[in-house]
Amino acid sequence: MAKLHVSTTINGEPQEFLCDAEQSMLDVLRGPLGLTGAKEGCGTGDCGACTITLNGRIVCSCLMLAAEAEGQEIGTIEGMAGEELHPLQQKFLESAALQCGICTPGVLMAAKALLEKNPDPTEHEVRFWLAGNLCRCTGYDKIIRAVMDTAADMRAAR
Amino acid sequence: MKPFTYERAGSPAEAAAAAARRPEAKFIAGGTNLLDLMKLQIETPAHLIDVNGLKLDTIEPTQEGGLRIGALVRNTDLAADERVRRDYGVLSRALLAGASGQLRNRATTAGNLLQRTRCPYFYDTNMACNKRRPGSGCSAIGGINRQHAVVGASEACIATHPSDMAVAMRVLDASIETVKPQGATRTISIAELHRLPGDTPNVETVLEAGELITAVTLPRPVGGSQQYRKVRDRASYAFALVSVAAIVQPDGSGRVALGGVAHKPWRLDAADAEMPRGAKAVAGKLFADAKPTEHNAFKLPLAERALASVLADARG
Ligand SMILES: Cc1cc2nc3c(=O)[nH]c(=O)nc-3n(C[C@H](O)[C@H](O)[C@H](O)COP(=O)(O)OP(=O)(O)OC[C@H]3O[C@@H](n4cnc5c(N)ncnc54)[C@H](O)[C@@H]3O)c2cc1C
Ligand code: SF4
Repeated sequence: MAKLHVSTTINGEPQEFLCDAEQSMLDVLRGPLGLTGAKEGCGTGDCGACTITLNGRIVCSCLMLAAEAEGQEIGTIEGMAGEELHPLQQKFLESAALQCGICTPGVLMAAKALLEKNPDPTEHEVRFWLAGNLCRCTGYDKIIRAVMDTAADMRAAR
Repeated sequence: MKPFTYERAGSPAEAAAAAARRPEAKFIAGGTNLLDLMKLQIETPAHLIDVNGLKLDTIEPTQEGGLRIGALVRNTDLAADERVRRDYGVLSRALLAGASGQLRNRATTAGNLLQRTRCPYFYDTNMACNKRRPGSGCSAIGGINRQHAVVGASEACIATHPSDMAVAMRVLDASIETVKPQGATRTISIAELHRLPGDTPNVETVLEAGELITAVTLPRPVGGSQQYRKVRDRASYAFALVSVAAIVQPDGSGRVALGGVAHKPWRLDAADAEMPRGAKAVAGKLFADAKPTEHNAFKLPLAERALASVLADARG
């Protein structure tokens, strides 16, 4: 079947690619585009390891067709750090808020979206917001703590 | 996934015309249920019509004082809408009790109504399932059926409808606006949208092939205390074992619909009439014809207690 041609924006840069109708956004990111930060944990929307942003909102890239990126803005973990790491990335390193690291890109994408919407979340709000990101290593406490600490640092820095 | 062809529709008329041209097509909205099922080859459409560009993504007031919710309004936006939070609190609460942020950002109003059951045998293509393969039998009957229906089920299928949103829509008396492939439009009440399984559990709604949902409308607000209580195996991010959507008026009258107990949101006039008499009386009516299975009889007392707790909260 003929390939579909897709024009999109990824991390602020225009990007074109060809794909098959049945390829997911995650397939195309990790394959032809070489952006392997997003992970395939379950492929069914449960684990959140494939979290990206679509027009600024977090979604599971495993349950999105690549063809649906046409004309949209995609953000991935590769776009999170500038010259320096994002404060969340730095804090995750400092507080050992990760072990195997598979869930970390998705957790960071979701946490960044949370702090952009709500710079002063309660612990309950952080847990509710990150419910779509499963982690089998940390037991979540260090992740939640790192997000709350980053939020406090970012508020203090403003 | 089985290979398929893909096209984008730019308007409801275009989507309807595309459906008329390709009767084997399916619409794709948020894709959060359809793509999951396509990966497992439970759904194998030869053609997809992408309806995300239909511009049916606004929430407008109706002349009758209600709200008209476009079919493509995302669950996140519907839950956060100020008018929904103020006047239809049960809907906002039900939406936020479902799935995760990532999924609610994609999931649409129409797609949520039409999501398919979470019966594990439906998902396991090695098992007999009348819903997936008509005539093959039902593995849940006599199998592990803790999650399954306690009321309204049949000899052919005991699956439940998994949506939280639909239960709130049922208690709010929503109606569904559609356009058929040939262009005719109609309005279907939420009470009639979903079917009981009967002999044809593969036919889940009264929608015809290629019939597009364009909007869901809510009647004028009815006030009252609006509650949604979802009981599940863990505190977040799981489907309901039972859920209760209730609207309770200051005089004790009200309405109630249950999720997780039947093939569709479960509401009965006779049960609503018992609201002033309390949870036991209401549950008695809702479950008058209940036929629980070996593993799910716990749902009857669980639903009654969830309702009692909702009524206690409503009284303040
Ligand atoms: C991990 C996970 C957890 C979840 N947890 C919950 C939960 O706790 N509670 C809950 O309620 N839900 C839950 N869901 C389900 C989720 O709410 C649904 O997948 C979602 O609402 C479906 O909407 P969609 O727009 O993505 O539909 P799609 O997947 O795009 O479509 C679903 C069906 O609707 C049809 N369709 C879509 N739009 C239209 C239209 N306009 N007209 C006619 N037909 C149409 C499609 O053809 C398809 O058959 C969960 C899902 C996942 C993956
Ligand atoms: S309960 Fe329904 S969906 Fe589940 S196995 Fe039986 S027929 Fe299939």
